[in-house]
Amino acid sequence: MEKKANVLVIGAGPAGLCAGIETGKSGAKVIVIDENTRPGGQLFKQIHRFFGSEQHHAGVRGFEIGEMLLHKCKEAGVEMMLSSVVWGLSPEFRAGVVREGKRSMTITADKVILATGASENSLMFPGWTLPGVMGAGAAQTMMNIHRVLPGKRALMIGSGNVGLIVSYQLLQAGCEVKAVVEILPRVGGYKVHANKIARLGVDILISHTVLEVRGRERVEEAIVGRGDRNLRPIPGTERTISVDLVCLAVGLTPLSELAWLAGCKFGYFPLLGGFVPLHNRGMETTVSGMYIAGDASGIEEASTAMEEGRLAGVGALESLAFISAAEADSRRKEIEQNLLMLRKGPYGDFRHKEKEKIYSEWKKVKEKAGGYH
Amino acid sequence: MSGKRLKKRPVVIIDCPEEIPCNPCETVCSQGAIIIGQPITNLPVTDEAKCTGCGRCIPVCPGLAISLLHYDYSPSEASLTVPYEFLPLPKKGQEVFVVDEKGRYLGKGNIIRVIPPEKNNRTSLVTFSFSKKLYKKVKYFVLKRENLIDETRKYEPGKK
Repeated sequence: MEKKANVLVIGAGPAGLCAGIETGKSGAKVIVIDENTRPGGQLFKQIHRFFGSEQHHAGVRGFEIGEMLLHKCKEAGVEMMLSSVVWGLSPEFRAGVVREGKRSMTITADKVILATGASENSLMFPGWTLPGVMGAGAAQTMMNIHRVLPGKRALMIGSGNVGLIVSYQLLQAGCEVKAVVEILPRVGGYKVHANKIARLGVDILISHTVLEVRGRERVEEAIVGRGDRNLRPIPGTERTISVDLVCLAVGLTPLSELAWLAGCKFGYFPLLGGFVPLHNRGMETTVSGMYIAGDASGIEEASTAMEEGRLAGVGALESLAFISAAEADSRRKEIEQNLLMLRKGPYGDFRHKEKEKIYSEWKKVKEKAGGYH
Repeated sequence: MSGKRLKKRPVVIIDCPEEIPCNPCETVCSQGAIIIGQPITNLPVTDEAKCTGCGRCIPVCPGLAISLLHYDYSPSEASLTVPYEFLPLPKKGQEVFVVDEKGRYLGKGNIIRVIPPEKNNRTSLVTFSFSKKLYKKVKYFVLKRENLIDETRKYEPGKK
């Protein structure tokens, strides 16, 4: 089977859905494709209220934002293809797809928007393969999507926002959180998130890490210890905590295999999760007509992902002449204002700077290649 | 905060120490008593004279960082209203343990009022009373008094 579209959006998380809405509502034939059985990416397991301003659905819970976006997709006439894995992407924008693990097909598109998100990082230590050691995101999926409690007594590794939020949600689900350990000498995530669990008696052990997890058939206890300034464990500081769940919240890595396949140029931006496809302010990669948005373009959060998805959509629309250059500029201006606001403050400034570096790297590559095509 | 204002009527306490782009507390306040302005990463500033103590800002804060302090709940007790997202909900009259910001036990308290979760999009509001002497330290309450890392013990190398 062969299918055609003006715009193929790969990934139906916040970035992909917003890209779909933006392009669909202006008349483009859009397919949003996702390997999962349900759209929404990570939004439907976010049961907490989001930060932001009024136009960013502040105070609204993540899954409710997901519902809003799905509704808008429907209104915009976006075609949603679920349980569909994109296994390859040629430079001519022909995507190889397997549907429901059985049927094979191809989709050819004029423009491609990659919104493939990120994957959780792992951490290796003795016992890390024991059942009961899992990504914090996995624990969140078990609890909030499948309604299965992943354990009764948890240890959280990592105090970024993911670690803090999932700890809180574990408490909400009735799991005891024995401690959160953080290798750095300070809490990584928002103080308000840390306060939410600290006042309930959860110890946040800074300058600590997990040394070993033990158990016969599954996790029975974890050994944590203090680390020195060079992040090396200090002998004699070890202690054992009785747990049946160890969650790893140690960062995310952009999922960008399809960008490699399509020949996009990359840069290494460790503060944004590692290798990131270079892109310009309008989210176009070094491959003309191929855009990227959300965590795949550098780890941030859902609000910026939604704005980036829109930006990518505007670029695709303009180059396909669905909207005028003036219209595109005015939409871009508004979105860029929003992004500027979201990338402010102690948790935003560095992301703004890193993104600027990506834009200028993109420019260098394009100039070397002999101008803008 | 002036002692005079504290004794007059309930007042909001906002524990929002970092510049996060967020402003629903400002938007929801009909009295203009919470000011953030532009950019919205500014820290919220409370105009205590304008705050009527209505508490509408409590459930809208995504950081669950707002509470309402009523110093003169009774001659001997103060009360605090906090957002609460756990089940089971405490019952009016129930005895609870009041804690500080680190979850450290401060004393006993009593549940005065519970606004159920459906009123504020799944965030309950719980008001509890406690000794006036503790009003500066009390941040929250818990139903069970537990030391969460009491099971820790010395690591023995080689022990499986």
